[in-house]
Amino acid sequence: MLENLAARVNADANLVRRGRHVNTTFLIQIDNADHLVSIAEGRITGIRPGPFITPNYSFALRTARDSWDKLWSPAPLPGYTDIFALVKKKLLRIEGDLHPFMSNLLYFKGVLAAPRSGGVK
Amino acid sequence: MSPRFEPTVGRYLHLDLLGKPHRLYVEEAGSGIPLLCLHTAGSDGRQYRGLLNDPRITKNYRVIVFDMPWHGKSSPPAGWENEEYRLTSRDYVRMILEVSAALELDKPVVMGCSIGGRIVLHLAHEHPEKFRAIVGLESSPKVDPYYDTSWLHRPDVHGGEVSAGIVSGLVAPTAPDEGRWETLWHYMQSGPGVFKGDLYFYMIDGDISDKLDHIDARRCPLYLLTGEYDYSCTTEGTLEVARRTGAQATIMKDLGHFPMSENPEKFIGYLLPVLEEIRAGKKASAA
Repeated sequence: MLENLAARVNADANLVRRGRHVNTTFLIQIDNADHLVSIAEGRITGIRPGPFITPNYSFALRTARDSWDKLWSPAPLPGYTDIFALVKKKLLRIEGDLHPFMSNLLYFKGVLAAPRSGGVK
Repeated sequence: MSPRFEPTVGRYLHLDLLGKPHRLYVEEAGSGIPLLCLHTAGSDGRQYRGLLNDPRITKNYRVIVFDMPWHGKSSPPAGWENEEYRLTSRDYVRMILEVSAALELDKPVVMGCSIGGRIVLHLAHEHPEKFRAIVGLESSPKVDPYYDTSWLHRPDVHGGEVSAGIVSGLVAPTAPDEGRWETLWHYMQSGPGVFKGDLYFYMIDGDISDKLDHIDARRCPLYLLTGEYDYSCTTEGTLEVARRTGAQATIMKDLGHFPMSENPEKFIGYLLPVLEEIRAGKKASAA
């Protein structure tokens, strides 16, 4: 599901500029599969699939494949348009050190919408 | 070439509000039935510029928009540096009544969005006789917190950017980019802690669930318009309000939490029939 994430983010000059102060590694969980996404100055430098014994990351976003599928649909349905919509439905959990996430929220929302075919919203 | 000005006029209104002298920024356009518009939490009256500039509305309505104290071009009252801003239901109701009185409005239509869509339910409950009709945009009885609002006001996080980030997903994915980003710009310009202070009303103090059954849309016509993509004030919440009050509810396609600013043209298409019905003096009834 994350095959195109790095290419799409790194090709979006405005998104990279918005995240120019972001240097972190965060975790995306899809069902039970973990992925560590590393970012340097707004560019994704690596996506490593788990499993991990001692994953080292700042924050994690955990939800089911079905929720990611709905979020990344080309025309997401009401209630599945945004990660906070999933949080409100108690489908997605954001945990860990949220400071990198919240202090660059528009950037991370852009990153997490990038897999959506048809563009970033 | 002569300058191209909008018909909107902006002025500063001096009044005592909640016991303190205030200087409020007020914009208006049009003539006829006064339509007093209330902006969302952490934003300001610019959200309504689409209405102020639409002759289909202003030919029959005097559209009036004020920036709440602490918002937009309305400064906080003197001494603000010694208090934490926190909006309460009681103060919000008083503010609207006092502004309406200071403007000498005769039974205006009041229309508010989000926190404004909630407070108009309080007005329908406490003061239905003071209004010709009440229009709630993105109205719901309550919203349970779904994020920690302390992130909105701390020195190591840019308040404007995080506020815009919080609300960005509430804009419909189908909204035009210009409307989306203008809506977010207003949030980026909010003063420190103001959005958070408004959310005290929205998420805690303004819960009107236990009073809904005492609102009667026959006493003052009550119309509800909610965007289908709004996950903050949900369509289910709006329909619950309608069911328990007799309000007329419409779920708006292709719109989110900020209909008047994210996609004014689409929104005005839904608003015009409501304004026409109010002008014709019909009573709203359950759909």
